[in-house]
Amino acid sequence: MSALANAAGQQRLLQSVVELARATFAARACSIMSHDPSTRELVFEAVAGEGAATLPGRRLPATTGLAGWSIASEEPISVADASRDPRFARDVAESTGFVPSAVTVFPLLSHGHALGVLSLLDQSASASVGIAEMRVLATLADHAASVLQLVLDARVQPSDESSDALHALRRALDAAGEADRRALLTIVTSLTDLSR
Amino acid sequence: MTQTDVTLPAWSLDREAARTERLPAVWPLDNPRDWAWGGSRGAGVKVCIIDSGIDPSHPRVGAIQGSLAVTVTEGELRVETDHEGDLFGHGTACAGIIRSQAPDCEIHSMRVLGGELTGTGDVLVRGLSWAIDQRFDLINLSLSTTKQHVAAQLRELADLAYFRNVKIVASAHNMPVDSYPWRFSSVLSVGSHDGRDPFEYYVNPSPPVEFVAPGVDLELAWSDGSTIVATGNSFAAPHITGIGALILSKHRDLSPSELKAVMRAASCNETSLRSATPDALGEAKP
Repeated sequence: MSALANAAGQQRLLQSVVELARATFAARACSIMSHDPSTRELVFEAVAGEGAATLPGRRLPATTGLAGWSIASEEPISVADASRDPRFARDVAESTGFVPSAVTVFPLLSHGHALGVLSLLDQSASASVGIAEMRVLATLADHAASVLQLVLDARVQPSDESSDALHALRRALDAAGEADRRALLTIVTSLTDLSR
Repeated sequence: MTQTDVTLPAWSLDREAARTERLPAVWPLDNPRDWAWGGSRGAGVKVCIIDSGIDPSHPRVGAIQGSLAVTVTEGELRVETDHEGDLFGHGTACAGIIRSQAPDCEIHSMRVLGGELTGTGDVLVRGLSWAIDQRFDLINLSLSTTKQHVAAQLRELADLAYFRNVKIVASAHNMPVDSYPWRFSSVLSVGSHDGRDPFEYYVNPSPPVEFVAPGVDLELAWSDGSTIVATGNSFAAPHITGIGALILSKHRDLSPSELKAVMRAASCNETSLRSATPDALGEAKP
């Protein structure tokens, strides 16, 4: 069994993403939060730097603040002085006790929706997060989204009925020719999009 | 009825009729910025900002002329008067930029984000559809969606807006993803540059992003009367909307394609302003 096939390996991979982002930008903290649409909350999945020991597993409302904005709009934003935003400062202080100055949030996008948010706090590698830094963070966020998708998929335990259907689909894909395989994948993708 | 009326379909013009059709504006030859918006403050132009709502009590925004939101009741989407204001600050930031450039334009808010709303799917379609039906002169859309199932609807709406003379200014996504409607040729799509002069904008020679305007480290109106310094393509688009409002105030009947052409002619890389000082870039400020 590969290291990535178990939960501990996937968690290490997720942690490595936030460690890399924090090191790249010499940031005070970096975190990945998943979005739980059923409760409209964000859940800390991995944290590097400030809050690493206390934040994993904690939940925040996904309807306010910069992270909430990123989830709702599926857009990143970088704010140089977030502590001047009274709502953000209040939300963050109440939940973590740490009010950063600079905050950059990127949505973790996968198949047309935001799985979560990558947050970078108080970077010191650059005076501000400009166009070049946003490009690097976009690449890191794309990578983080792939890893978070892996983690979240592994948590879903399909019912026997779902499992049988998925196995049947897998067999059909394996048996199909290239053209039929592509057609099947297009149908599955369309059905998945429609169900969202 | 003339022979021409009989032989040509309704959407055709014969040569003589075409020759006598007068365009609403002449092409600017000299000093295109002054021709385009010199002396204008945006009066008479109606702008709709589709976003997170607008806080009209913010000193950088002031009174707005309309505030509505898409609401969800038992799965049905409706457009109703909005009593929430701005739940994030983002829409207020966009309004503050437009107001700073075109202080006399009308600003209307259509909230599709905040509370129970996520603006990136059916809610966005509903809000945009309403705004097009109202025939606003300009719609600022500092949002996009990656949801493929609404892409076709958004393309139809963008075309509808184009033919109704409603100009949609849409910010490009900040990430390398397929999102809409900024990729459609019927809208004015906007990315960022890191200059500060609000009237410094450029035509992008490599579409689909057509224009780039200031979007980096900008001091912006935000929630609860605050201001922040922020970065994002979201804030570049309102600069183009504001300039569009100035132009349309002077040249009321420009079509979307004509507005694009005028904006191209007056852009910093289409004029001698490239070598000008930053102060000179804004020489045609109102």
